[in-house]
Amino acid sequence: MNDGAGIAARGLAKRYGERPALRGIDLDVGRGQTLVCFGPNGAGKTTLLKILATLIKPTAGNFAIGGWDGRRDAVMLRRRLTLAGHATYLYDDLTVAENLRFYGRMYAVPDLEQRLGEVAGRLGLTPRLHDRVGTLSHGLQRRAALARAALHDPEFYFLDEPETGLDPEAAAIVRAWLVDINKQGRTMVVATHDLARGLELADSVIVLHRGKIVFQARCEEIKPADFPKIYAACLRAGGGQGAG
Amino acid sequence: MLASLWAIFRKDLLRELRTKETIVAVLVFALLVVVIFSFATGTGVTTDVAPGVLWVALAFGGVIGLNRAFVAEKENACLEGLRLCPVDHAVIYAGKLAGSLTFLLVLAVVITPIFLALFNLPVFLPRLALIIVLAVLGFAAVGTLFAALAVNTRARDIMLPILFLPVVSPVVIAAVKATAPVLAGASWGELATWLEILAAFDVIFIVVGALVFEFVIEE
Repeated sequence: MNDGAGIAARGLAKRYGERPALRGIDLDVGRGQTLVCFGPNGAGKTTLLKILATLIKPTAGNFAIGGWDGRRDAVMLRRRLTLAGHATYLYDDLTVAENLRFYGRMYAVPDLEQRLGEVAGRLGLTPRLHDRVGTLSHGLQRRAALARAALHDPEFYFLDEPETGLDPEAAAIVRAWLVDINKQGRTMVVATHDLARGLELADSVIVLHRGKIVFQARCEEIKPADFPKIYAACLRAGGGQGAG
Repeated sequence: MLASLWAIFRKDLLRELRTKETIVAVLVFALLVVVIFSFATGTGVTTDVAPGVLWVALAFGGVIGLNRAFVAEKENACLEGLRLCPVDHAVIYAGKLAGSLTFLLVLAVVITPIFLALFNLPVFLPRLALIIVLAVLGFAAVGTLFAALAVNTRARDIMLPILFLPVVSPVVIAAVKATAPVLAGASWGELATWLEILAAFDVIFIVVGALVFEFVIEE
């Protein structure tokens, strides 16, 4: 494998029965870079993240992460990546700490208790570690889900709307955590509806619409003030355009 | 691999010990079956009818419990969380199987002495214990696979018995046939054929389960 490699996808397609969810996605994300994926509901963002996280298999196309083949080396890759999706992947009847310990053991995290404490502290979960997940508010559950995702210190993060449903205080904690991950040189693909927040985080952006990339640019090529107009135009046109 | 298997088993055990949502319901059901049959048949027809009573209680009680094995994995999409873990999916199958097996053994350990007492049979029967272990292993192997399949269907409570009972019927028949001579005081030699059949089914079901589990839990 190539330690310097990031994420590369060629011709990724996914169909659910007759309905195409992704249609020929090509993308490259450099190591340590953040790609933010915008698009309306049903654009294919979640499907793209789930494919890259090896959770579902593409109908066509190939992808590689860190030089590992996404189809062939899926088990190996899972140790190095994480997905935080809409669902928390946490057991309601177990406490936050018990959930994190369970996933820590599944990922064979070294010094698990120390790592658990670090991640919980970073996401403001320490006072609630011994509460059952089912008793937590939506915002705390989301943060616990992010703690699960970060526990094994992955190199590649796939985050699906990580700030959705959070109150301003919780959103600020998560945002600071995302910035930390970014500074640590982790590679991220983040799906979001929040144009301003997404641009703050991104090195490059794509806009997905009806399963296709309709806009792709590096952040330095975009004026943040213009982006809402570009985004709206992309969705209206539904066709390909790119910056620069 | 063993650490992951153990982690899944421990997690399932912890959940069940905390909620007791499955074991209580299943024990009550199985106990009722044994008690009602003991009143219906009396205690004079033991070796003919009693094996059937025991295995009806264990098989149908087991279905109720096995049905619950994957329900917790469905909530909050935990099965996706498991599938994201860097372990072969056969390990997930083995971990869930260990949990189901433990649950079925607890059911058998509680119900069998009550059954033997109600039917005026000797309570200490090591040969029956072996039959129970082999048979519930077969139940757990098939049940874990089909519970994972059924949990993704809308009518999962109905789907599991429909899938599980026909496939597991050779195990139930072999268990009933092996139990009857044990209750009549037969030797090990007289049981050998049925024990071999049970062991063979266990091996087949476990191997097949481990091989196809990946396809069963895929989206």
